[in-house]
Amino acid sequence: MDERAPAVELKAITKTFPGVVANDDVNLTVMPGEIHAVVGENGAGKSTLMKILYGMIRPDGGTISVNGREIRFRSPKDAIASGIGMVHQHFMLATNLTVLENVVLGSEPTHGGVLDFDAARERIRDLSKTYGVPLDPDRIVEDLAVGERQRVEILKVLYRGARILILDEPTAVLVPQEVEELFRNLRDLKDRGVTIIFISHKLDEVLDIADSITVIRAGHTVATVKPQSVTARQLAELMVGSELPTPETRESTVTDEVMLSVRDVGVRVGERWTLQDVTFDIRRGEIVGIAGVEGNGQRELVDAIMGMRSPQQGSIHLGDADITRWSSRRRREAGIGYVPEDRQLRGLLLPSPLWENAMLGKQTMPPFSSGPWINRRGAHQRTDEVIHAYHVATPGPDTSAFALSGGNQQKLILGREMIAEPKVLIAAQPTRGIDVGAQAAVWEQIRRARAAGLALLLISADLEELIGLSDTLYVILRGALVAKLDPATVTPEELGSYMTGAREAASA
Amino acid sequence: MNTRVKVALLWLLVPVSAIVLALVVSSLVLIIIGENPVSAFRSMASYGTQPNSLASMVNRAVPLYVAGLAVAIGFKMNLFNIGVEGQYRLAALLSAAAGAAVSLPAPLHIAFIMLVAMAVGAFWAGVAGVLRVKRGVHEVVSTIMLNFIATGLGAYLLANYLRKPRLPNELIIQTRPIPPSGGLPSLAVVGGEDLRSFLVIAIALGIVVYVLIWRTRFGYDLRATGINPEAARASGIDPNRMVVRTMLISGAIAGLIGMSDLFGFFHAYTLDFPTGLGFDGIAVALVGLNHPAGIAVAALLFGWVDRAAQILDLEGIPKEVIIITKGVIILSVVVAYEVVRRIVQAQEIKAAAEATRKLEAQKEAVAA
Amino acid sequence: MSWAAVDTAQVEGEKGRRLEARRILYLLGLVILLLSAVRSFTGASDLTSSGTYGAALRLGVPILLAGLGGLYAERTGVVNIGLEGMMILGTWFGAWGGVEFGASWGVVLGILGGAMGALVHAVATVTFGVNQIVSGVAINILAAGVTRFLSVIAFTGHGGGATQSPQVTSSLPDLTVPVLAGGKPFGWQSPDLLGWFEGHHWFLVSDVAAMFRGFMAELSILTVITLLLVPATYFFLWRTRLGLRMRSAGENPVAAESLGVPVYAMKYLGVLISGALAGLAGAFLVLEAAGIYREGQTGGRGFIGLAAMIFGNWRPTGVAAAAGLFGYADALNLRSALAVHALLLFVAIALLALGVWYLFRGRISAGLLSGLIGVLVFVWYAVTEDVPRQFIFITPYVATLVVLAVASQRLRPPAADGLPYRRGQQTA
Repeated sequence: MDERAPAVELKAITKTFPGVVANDDVNLTVMPGEIHAVVGENGAGKSTLMKILYGMIRPDGGTISVNGREIRFRSPKDAIASGIGMVHQHFMLATNLTVLENVVLGSEPTHGGVLDFDAARERIRDLSKTYGVPLDPDRIVEDLAVGERQRVEILKVLYRGARILILDEPTAVLVPQEVEELFRNLRDLKDRGVTIIFISHKLDEVLDIADSITVIRAGHTVATVKPQSVTARQLAELMVGSELPTPETRESTVTDEVMLSVRDVGVRVGERWTLQDVTFDIRRGEIVGIAGVEGNGQRELVDAIMGMRSPQQGSIHLGDADITRWSSRRRREAGIGYVPEDRQLRGLLLPSPLWENAMLGKQTMPPFSSGPWINRRGAHQRTDEVIHAYHVATPGPDTSAFALSGGNQQKLILGREMIAEPKVLIAAQPTRGIDVGAQAAVWEQIRRARAAGLALLLISADLEELIGLSDTLYVILRGALVAKLDPATVTPEELGSYMTGAREAASA
Repeated sequence: MNTRVKVALLWLLVPVSAIVLALVVSSLVLIIIGENPVSAFRSMASYGTQPNSLASMVNRAVPLYVAGLAVAIGFKMNLFNIGVEGQYRLAALLSAAAGAAVSLPAPLHIAFIMLVAMAVGAFWAGVAGVLRVKRGVHEVVSTIMLNFIATGLGAYLLANYLRKPRLPNELIIQTRPIPPSGGLPSLAVVGGEDLRSFLVIAIALGIVVYVLIWRTRFGYDLRATGINPEAARASGIDPNRMVVRTMLISGAIAGLIGMSDLFGFFHAYTLDFPTGLGFDGIAVALVGLNHPAGIAVAALLFGWVDRAAQILDLEGIPKEVIIITKGVIILSVVVAYEVVRRIVQAQEIKAAAEATRKLEAQKEAVAA
Repeated sequence: MSWAAVDTAQVEGEKGRRLEARRILYLLGLVILLLSAVRSFTGASDLTSSGTYGAALRLGVPILLAGLGGLYAERTGVVNIGLEGMMILGTWFGAWGGVEFGASWGVVLGILGGAMGALVHAVATVTFGVNQIVSGVAINILAAGVTRFLSVIAFTGHGGGATQSPQVTSSLPDLTVPVLAGGKPFGWQSPDLLGWFEGHHWFLVSDVAAMFRGFMAELSILTVITLLLVPATYFFLWRTRLGLRMRSAGENPVAAESLGVPVYAMKYLGVLISGALAGLAGAFLVLEAAGIYREGQTGGRGFIGLAAMIFGNWRPTGVAAAAGLFGYADALNLRSALAVHALLLFVAIALLALGVWYLFRGRISAGLLSGLIGVLVFVWYAVTEDVPRQFIFITPYVATLVVLAVASQRLRPPAADGLPYRRGQQTA
């Protein structure tokens, strides 16, 4: 039994936002020098809890103790002063500034107001060496790769003397090999007495690295367990509170009719070819999955298919028609649907009512318009249909889109695309950010549409989703399709290897 | 209280707070310079509500309204067409010259002059639109530069090519006068003041703009691009095309700003032709919150204030004090709009969450 | 990544920067060469006279100040379209201060006037979240109106009127470099070496001498201060703690806030400095250049300053170079119709050269377009004797448009420039 005071102890933490209770009587105890994972599905309250611990939000009730002393945080500065450092999931880096400038910002070493660059560089080099994190302080962050940028974030907190690190979904943007490297770093830090709190919903990774796991569900602490005594499946059930659905698809519904044909498509941005010789078909009733680390050409591929970017090479056919030079609008009107990966940025008009959002992408087609005029009644009716069929929780079609939760926004987008019975649907990260229950519902809708003849291009970072839904699975790396795999037999680890190029297939 | 009523009242706060603040600040300024605000306002009120003043108010409001419409169309797409000033003056010059050069039956003549004006305005705005689309030049700076260029260009054209041959004692430089078929008779004579007929066209224009923006596909595309250009692109809208089209439309409407004065009073372009209507139009669009109905109210308000203030000179009060008044109104509206918008947004989120919870509860009750 | 690779990357970065500087120097040399040639050919000595360069400097100062002002604001993430209005306030308060209290006080009051306008802009955009361009446009409208009102109150009946002030008799001290430009240290009239060179009209030598002389004769103290502001701004923003924090507010305010930087305060500071500089520009216009306040005096220089900032890629030296260019265009505008006409020849040759260069690089359409416009400009030069007065007037505005159209490609504004920021927002 550990007699030392816990590094961090959160007792009875409660936090309410208008309309939702994010944390309800949450307890968390982290012992010094341990790697403690906090797991829960999206929307369970993990992020809120960590923001409270980091001083970004103040709790409505409960206490925070650091190293045995109860303390109140008024701002992140107080948390930093207590030795807590947060590495955010979405990096908080100023890409036009150098590594050094990003690291020292807010705690700059100075000689009377003037920056002491030498002192800063020396300190950073020391920290880099101590933790085995090579980084050039004078490089501009924009030039760094994702894994390197994460290291800058870690350096930021170490620079401020953090002894308790909070990492929010750190592996969300990394592939298995980079995750290994991160875990190596974390174990090194642990050996030096640093306490690590690790938020994740990737259960296998959590079981790999954590000394202790706390499960949070719907704002409550459900359980605290040791990794040796649970399986991933048990953990998942604790997270969800019930039997887990699986995305496994059953019989094949793939026909012979080719709906979308991509041939030798190449996209050049400036001097670089971001997409090269991409060739594949999608048939009626088929789901083609494309797995890859973000930034390997998926965006350009989607843009090329949707018509937002003209490929310098190759052709795209919809059925028999050559649509390579068609405008985006024409492709939409011909029956290509699109679920964009960043819904708020590319998929919604947040200040507008839901019925105007339901029109987005289809505003030139019935029931939304006739001739040059907008058909308001038609739009309202269709929106009502989407709301009911896809269980969008909202008072009505006149509600503004910003008033909906993320999950419901995604359901609206999916619904508006699928209800139009597209010939081909391009879905990028369709279940990102929605809770497990809704995710299962979406998978069911996709499977049903597939059985009815939908041709779907699925681009996802969720390996389980890709393996479970796809009929055909490709891997994209540096702009080319490098592997064609059988989803029935491939494992997530294998898939990850292909995605990073660690393993190469004989041919795609 | 019913949410809808609450929201409506909150929005009403915007104009009310603006006017109250404007009155307070103007009063303070008047007191500082040693005048009596109460008597000043009273004079304005009594002078401004006379029938001929009301007619004058409408006359002043019409060009402001058209200017506001032109600017607002751009604003709705996040395009800042500050160049309406140059657009309308160049349009007025060239359409006056064109109108004087032809002779057509009355309605055609008017239509011809209007078309020329719209074409010139559209072209001048279109230059900025193309620069933005092809070279990424921000339209605020480019349209302002084009304003200055329009001044120079217009002066050059007027002095060298479009000038009416000058009689020995004439001092005014102007274009050749437009024949009577190119003028509009007054709509009515109110209290001795001519009510200019272009009013009718302006009202029709307002309706057209409303329908265009809120009821047509093009308007949907325009608003979507203004709200979220990325999402608009992803939905099939071509943003470049939208920019150019919107600038052209905005410029075309801007071209009509000077028509009320041209048809109803000047019948030629002179160096006395009203200036500054473009910037006033921007003010009116801001105060009218970019909606044709709001812009109408704002235009009438500013028109009234301008007219009523004429009396102040007779009382020894500098009438320029209303510039302060108008300025405060503009600033207050713009700030109050943000504040109210945020409050309304929070309200809506709360109401939506509540309603959703009720619905979920109902569903569970039914399922049970 | 290994440490060796890290060091190599750093060295490469430095090499890249040095190449860029060298290229700019070559270009500058070519321009001076071409200008000298055109001057010799056309006999338009004003094209490269010390008087013109002096005027260019003098007219470039307000543009440089406005550009630096814009830079400070945008580096903290706030777009300041209201620079013109703040400059207008600077002109009015500069004149009023100059008339009532003397030129030095005029400068101080001009700065304060500009800062007041900036305060309004800051409150509206930073605290209340009003759209930055809307706020800027509103300030421009307001400033014009307020100064009209104030003129009526303060100037009518006192030697001025609603649109102009009485003459400002007090003035600011001047400097002239002795020996090289004929300055008078302690009352002794020193030789004017550069002037002697200039007077001989020798190809290139005289032109270069004239250029240097233009920068050394009759320099206002404000000019010297303004020129010093350029390196000072670089040092402040890139080498001090406060400067880093200000820049971080314009690059990633959410990150900065999470590290304890008071982002709102940084934005306020940036906008206030921006207004102060614009106000100084206005005061300069009145007290140095014109000696009187006149409505409309600023003539769009606030916007030209913004263009200089964009063309200068949001860096102080770039802004200075651009301001010099615009100042030159403005100076020619004032000095001589012959010079403006000769400038047409310069522009024509430059465009033709550019067209050839484009063709060499394989950019056919750009090359043909440049060549075509070059030919047209040459025809215009050949066919006309002079440039109409009204066209001279629009030279700086056309120059601005051209510069923006050419330059708007490889630009790197601060990442969060113009984006709204509310404290406590979660993502950028």
